[in-house]
Amino acid sequence: MLHVVACIKQVPDTKVAKLNPKTNTIDRASAPAILNPYDTHAVEEAVRLKKRYGGTVTVLTMGPPPAVKAIRRCVEIGADEGYMISDRAFAGADTLATSYALTKALHKISQIRPIDLIICGKMTIDGDTGQVGPGIARRLDIPPLTSVNKVVEIDKEGGSAVVHRKLEDGYEVVKSTLPCLLTVEKEINEVPYSPMPNLIKAARYQPTIWAVSDLEDVDRTQLGLKGSPTIVGSVWAPPKPQGGEILQGPVNSQVDQLMDILLQKKELFAVKGGAS
Amino acid sequence: MNIAEYSGVWVFIEVKDGKIVPVSLELLGAGKRLAEKRGVELSGILVGYGVKPLANTAFEYGADAVYVYDDPIFKLYRTETYMRAIIECTNRHKPEIILYGATSTGKDLASAAATDLATGLTADTTILDIDADTGLLQASRPAFGGNIMATILCKKHRPQMATVRPKIMKAMNPIPGRKGEIIEEKISIREEDVRTKVLEIVKSATKQVRIDEADIIVAGGKGLGDAKGFGLIHDFAETIGATVGASRDAVEAGWIEHHHQVGQTGVTVTPKIYFAIGISGAIQHLVGMQNSGLIIAINKDPDAPIFNSCHYGIVGDAFEIVPMLIEQFKRVLTAEEVKNA
Repeated sequence: MLHVVACIKQVPDTKVAKLNPKTNTIDRASAPAILNPYDTHAVEEAVRLKKRYGGTVTVLTMGPPPAVKAIRRCVEIGADEGYMISDRAFAGADTLATSYALTKALHKISQIRPIDLIICGKMTIDGDTGQVGPGIARRLDIPPLTSVNKVVEIDKEGGSAVVHRKLEDGYEVVKSTLPCLLTVEKEINEVPYSPMPNLIKAARYQPTIWAVSDLEDVDRTQLGLKGSPTIVGSVWAPPKPQGGEILQGPVNSQVDQLMDILLQKKELFAVKGGAS
Repeated sequence: MNIAEYSGVWVFIEVKDGKIVPVSLELLGAGKRLAEKRGVELSGILVGYGVKPLANTAFEYGADAVYVYDDPIFKLYRTETYMRAIIECTNRHKPEIILYGATSTGKDLASAAATDLATGLTADTTILDIDADTGLLQASRPAFGGNIMATILCKKHRPQMATVRPKIMKAMNPIPGRKGEIIEEKISIREEDVRTKVLEIVKSATKQVRIDEADIIVAGGKGLGDAKGFGLIHDFAETIGATVGASRDAVEAGWIEHHHQVGQTGVTVTPKIYFAIGISGAIQHLVGMQNSGLIIAINKDPDAPIFNSCHYGIVGDAFEIVPMLIEQFKRVLTAEEVKNA
């Protein structure tokens, strides 16, 4: 029986977020909160491993109270249990402070049920760093395996995992001891529509919520803004480039103008049939 | 932490298939500019097996010194072993800044090392600058899904670390025969103590399209409407011998595979000609293609930001304009073939 923990995050949907041009801040109202897309695949992979080997899927998040919604989404996918750490002291955390807080929560979860495997999404779409997963692995002193696009085998008795790590020009097959931490690519699986019983369970699901005071051995100076070595010095919209020439006239003429420009670089274009 | 003890700019020199990867040479160029402004040395840190001769390449590209970890344990990249070299070397020599390429290896390594070094790490940096007096690194990157830029600072911890996107920084022109100091480092790691083993490396059988190597890219976005509409991009690319690129929206809609994606979470490209068709031009896309030689934008929306970042633009319907371009090219290129025959 495997115990797999997926670490997840609720994020603003940055694809539809609008920028306030005056303040250069994101207009939060324009961006609905969603489960980080990469994390849906992390949870789905955990659920698939549970189906394959038996066991329990736990999800863990750090966030403000509304992030409960993201845990419910994980329950729809098939997670069994959800934990959330939520406290003002966590606010303003960069990746180092985030991995610290999550690690404290993972320690507590592992006292309830020992953890065999941790899965994170490759990155979040708001932070775009991919640094929290490896950070957790280092803090727990377990091997981090990033960019995983296939789990070949988890052998709990043998204490090992075999996965594929995506490389720029292929993949590598890596064997690791358990427990270990995977960060997964989107291509690792497809997330199907959730079965009705999951949807019903999720609708009413209440995760366990811990404040800092519920966690053990916490050094408060390592939390939130205080525990973050990086700060955002400034946020700015890049200066608009000069802009190009917009071609004018009837469509035919515009296409002709463009052809004249392109054919100055004629040598670049392959002659059909590949004779160039 | 006494940050005054830390000095010098380092670049992690990534090696693949026996060669230094291009982004490491770019970072030696970027690191050189920072080091000169600050008045310090530029060093490389080179980890691998049989890699020592590559230090000479690093010198030619600007490094004043190279720390070398050359040991069979480093034959294949593993987080656990490489990270130990970085951490040990950093603790011994105390650099003020370490730059890594934002490749899968560079990001993996930097994330792990930053945790043990308990220092700040900025991901996917696209602009680097330094305060000459304080040594404070200003690492700027697209933030929040690429809608805005953020400058990240790490004031109280050292080394300041950043991963930097490939193809953004400029490498120096190499100076043949330029010399530097090789500092050989030793580390004792026993294979039986390493918890991860690489069993096999599998290269893609069908040579995967490398859009970062293309001379011409025809890229399509949301404006094409659906997968069928995106077929127009394939048709045009095939006609002119170009490689197909795509915006994040097109990839997430499932019209094309991720390795065609241009932009912050995709690939950075610098082709000689880049066609952006039905692509609005969000910052996260622009950072991936703005250094292209000639950028042509075709979009229905006259206010699309892509028109600020192109050399020539046509405001109009791609489904009307692109077929006309295809026709013209077919005529021109076929004529050329006949002439050559």
